[in-house]
Order: sequence, then structure tokens, then C-alpha cells
Amino acid sequence: MTDNEHENEQVDERVPKRVIGTPAAGTSLLGDGESAQPHEATTSETSGVTFQDEQKARKAEKIVALCFTVTFLAAIAFIISYVVFQVGSLEATGASNFALGGTLTLALLALAIGIVVWVRQIMPKYSLIQERHAMASDDDTREVVADTFVQGANESGFVKRPLLRRTMLLAAAPLGLLPIVLLRDLDNSKMPASKFNETLRHTVWGEKNKEGKPLRLVVEGTGQPIRAADFNSPGGILSVVPEGYEHDLTALAKATLILIKFRPEEIKSGTNKNWTHDGIVAYSKICTHVGCPAALYEQTTHHILCPCHQSTFDAADGAKVIFGPAARPLPQLPITVDDQGYLIAQGDFNVPVGPSYWERGDAEAEARSKGGQA
Amino acid sequence: MIRTTAWRRHPLARYAVLILALALVGMVYAAFVQASKPADAALASGKVDDVAAGKSLFQVHCASCHGLNAEGTLTGPTLIGVGAAAVDFQVSTGRMPAANPGAQMPRKPMAGWVTPEKIRQLSAYVQSLGGGPAVPTKDQVDPAKGDAGKGGQLFRANCIQCHNWAGAGGALTRGKYAPNLNEATPEQIYEAMVTGPQAMPVFNDTTITPEEKRDMIAYITQVREQKDPGGFGLGRIGPVTEGLVGWVVGISALALAAIWITAKKRQKS
Repeated sequence: MTDNEHENEQVDERVPKRVIGTPAAGTSLLGDGESAQPHEATTSETSGVTFQDEQKARKAEKIVALCFTVTFLAAIAFIISYVVFQVGSLEATGASNFALGGTLTLALLALAIGIVVWVRQIMPKYSLIQERHAMASDDDTREVVADTFVQGANESGFVKRPLLRRTMLLAAAPLGLLPIVLLRDLDNSKMPASKFNETLRHTVWGEKNKEGKPLRLVVEGTGQPIRAADFNSPGGILSVVPEGYEHDLTALAKATLILIKFRPEEIKSGTNKNWTHDGIVAYSKICTHVGCPAALYEQTTHHILCPCHQSTFDAADGAKVIFGPAARPLPQLPITVDDQGYLIAQGDFNVPVGPSYWERGDAEAEARSKGGQA
Repeated sequence: MIRTTAWRRHPLARYAVLILALALVGMVYAAFVQASKPADAALASGKVDDVAAGKSLFQVHCASCHGLNAEGTLTGPTLIGVGAAAVDFQVSTGRMPAANPGAQMPRKPMAGWVTPEKIRQLSAYVQSLGGGPAVPTKDQVDPAKGDAGKGGQLFRANCIQCHNWAGAGGALTRGKYAPNLNEATPEQIYEAMVTGPQAMPVFNDTTITPEEKRDMIAYITQVREQKDPGGFGLGRIGPVTEGLVGWVVGISALALAAIWITAKKRQKS
């Protein structure tokens, strides 16, 4: 260190007696103790230390000075633009943000570049090797520690007073067992989670409206019930929600449908025709993979595409999976019309909608074994 | 000449001319009836010229794929019943006449022969074949008269899965894609909804009413006019482009900066 200071003084005549940010003459950052620093540090000389070429350093100095000047100007510009650009309209706020952000970025960037150039091209380079000392303590120290431990154990009376020792162990035992008690709650048979199978298995389509009639299908967004005769253009699709639940997001998360109109001859055997009405088929909109809304529909190919992972379903053939990670077809909702010609649900889905879950099992096989259809 | 002049003076001449004129009218009428029986409506509304002109345009520009009588062939579907709206949409967006029958009919500049007049004639001809949705009136598609809020609800329920929340479009299966809506005129948006061009499903007027369609048009046109507050919209197609730019540009800039800061300067020893 002394070496450097010495050199700096020699090189730069302009340096005043006390530079801002440095200790005053006669004091030191470390206080009085500094003189006690072992003198070998300086005697180890400058091995591994490379000083920069003075020519290049002078050049770099100019670059750094330029960077710092840019920082200075940009910071001034920041203050000016804070005053000049007033916020208010969207455009004015945008201009203000751009000016403030731009000048601040420029200021900080120039400062950072200046410091990096300073470090890399002006300060000396060090490549130092520091030897590690042995990890183990020496024999004497270890002996002292062992003696101290035994002495402490004896003085505590841990050996001599069995009552203390035993009651302490007694106190510790139940504390150690406490976590095992908590594990009991892993059994969730009485918790809400145990009803997942029940709640996920059913949607509101199985319910009745206030007059005790099956729920009508209504257009998502307008709440209009749909007359089957109105939904009469083959190739049509609608996003549909249950009457009375237009804004109940918990219900809609399971009950939202896509309604597709086919020419009767387009419908293939995979579709349950008893659950359709005049070429109108209703499928769950919830993808059976991870529950995204699968509603990208191509009327030419009858593909329903899920935007998340590209699962593709054949809408004409019971929404069977023809591509992608989904494991099961989109469940079909049994629909029919009421006496006024509006589309209604015959009942709930026969199988749970949406993605798989542990308790679901093979619900399709179960439905078939009961004589129903999946 | 003298003979003719003499005949003109003949007492029976006026009856002869009348009969001749009647016969001519009858023949022309019969010819039209034979050529296009369903054109009665067009004839009644005085658009018979459009239908005839449209038919000749059709036979020159469309018949190679759609068949001489628009009955459809292996390469093109039948146009009977698609309506004038479908013709106006397909031809005014340059999709038809198609360059080649592929997975997707891209929007392209209109063919050289296409003018609004020709589109009207062609539409009249196809409309005369079997009806179908008509071209909307200016009032039906005026975004200023729509409620963008209601339209947004319908748009989010029925359109964004393919066309993206900002109408930027997106990919479909096997090379098909949902096009960007921001180049489409209000008329074209309406016509697309009501006719279901190519793979797009149909949203007919009885389930999504014309007023609701106008609301959706208001939403689409308002969204396209919105500025991108961040400066770059990046196509507004969401996290894909944003992530790509973030990773490629942002992370590489950070990596390069880190390399520059820590790089050891080669020293001449």
C-alpha cells in the first residue's frame, strides 16, 4: 500500500495535500492500530502485481472522465426533464417516463462503464496466492478442550444426580413424539379434500332451476337462452353456460360448454346421438388434460384444439382425442329441448369433467358397467 | 327502301310491329327464365344485369374450382347458399380467387380485375343461386354504434381462443391459422362471423344478433386503435415473443456485460 501511495504522489503532481474521501494527513482509516500492522506485507514486494502501462492508463483516464461527464450531464438532464415533461395525458406520461428512464439509465450506465474501465485499465492487476493453514487444531488445544468438557459434565452433576438426568430425558421424550401426532392429519378422510371426488364428479347441469325444470343453455356473455331452431347454421359453435350460473365462476369452472351444430350426416358413431338434438352437440369446454378452455374449432375438419398443449379432439366423433397429451375425450352433455324449443340439459355429465385426479379412477368404464354411456 | 317505306304506311304495320315487339320481349324473358330460374327476386329488384354480369365473371374466374354452376368440385366447395356476404368477404380480402388450394387461404392484395362493382355483380350471382347471408349495410357494422364493453364479453367467450385477445391471430392444426383481425374492415369482420370462411365456425344472426356483432366489431376496432404503452407491441401475441426477446436480447446483453466486467486483461509481462 505504502508503495502505491508513494508512486501516486510521484506521478501526479496535481494531487492536493488532502484529496476528498481520503483520510486527513496524520490519521488513518484503521485508527492508531495501523502502525501495528506487520511490516512483511510490504516486504513481500510486488510479486503477482502488475502495474498498468502509464500510457494506456492515461488514455483510459480520459475515457473514464468522459463517462463520468456523461453521467453528470445525464443526471442534470434527468432533473430538467422532470421539470419539463409534465404528466397528465397518456402521451405526456409516456414521454415523461421515457425521458426520466432514458436519462437515468444513461447516467447509471455511464457511471458503471467508467468504474469498470477504471478498475480494468488503471488499477494494478493482482494475482495472489493465499495458502490455507491446517484445519485441525494442535494436540495441546484438543487436550484442553476434552478436559474442559469432562470437567463441565462433572460439575453439572449430570452423572452424579440421576434424578435430574432422568427427568430431563422424560421431558424430552414427548417433545420428540409431537411430530408423529401431527402426521395423523395426513389422513384426510374427514377433511374437505376427501370430498374432491364428490365435488369434481358433479356440475350444476344436474340441478333444476327455480321452477323445478332442467337448466337451459344460455349464451356466454349475453345470457340469452338458445332456441334449437335458431342455432341452425352447420359449422356453428357457441360458448355456453348454465342458466342462473352466468357469473358463478366456481360453477362455470366445471360447467362451461361448447355447443356445435353439425349436418346430421357428419356425426360419427363416437357421439351419443341420444344426447344430441337435431345435429347440435354439447361438449365440456374444459380440456381433459389440465383444464384449459379447449375451444379452437375448425368447422372444416371438426377439430377442437386446446390452446395450451395442442390436444386435438374430433368433435364429430364424440370428441375423441386424435392428437396431444389429453387422455380422454371431452365429456358430452346430454341435451334436448323444452316445450318452448329452448335447449336444456337432460341431466349432468355421466363422467367427471376436466383433468384427471387420483380418486377419479376409470369413470368411463364405471359408467359403462352400470349400463350407461361415457 | 321504297318497299319498306311503303310497308310502313300499310294499315296493318302498327299491328305487325306490336306483335314483333311482344315476341322479342317474350323471347328475352324466356331466355332469362331458362338461364337462371332462382333469379326471379333479382329480376324483380332490377338487378338482373348484375346477376348476368356476375355469372360471366364467375365462369371466367371461379368456375375452374367451384364448377360451372357453382356446384363444387374436388378442389372447391359448392357456393350454392353461401350468400353474397361470403363472396364479398372472400374476394375483397383477396382470398379468392385462390392462388392454390392449400391448407390456408392467406389474405392478399385483390386480383387485378377486382373492383367493388365486379364484387357486387359476383355477389349478386351467387346470392341468386340459393340465397344466404347478404352483405351488411354500413349502419349494421358502424363501430361507433356498438357497445365495445358488451362486444368484449362476447369476443372473449367466442373468438379469442383462435384470434387472440387483441385480434393478433394464432396457429391452428396442419398449417392452418386464424388470421390477424387488424387488417379486416368492419364489413369483412361481420361477413366472416356470419359465413364462417374456411375453417372458421359460423356465428349466425339468430344466436349472435346483428347488434351483438356490431358490439364485437366496436371492440375489435377499439382494441386495434389502442397504443402499446411499453413502446413495442411485439405483435401482441403474448408471452412467446416477449419471452423470446427477453431471453435473446436481454439475457445475452447481461451475459456479455458480465463477461466484459470480469474478463482478465491480457498482460504483457
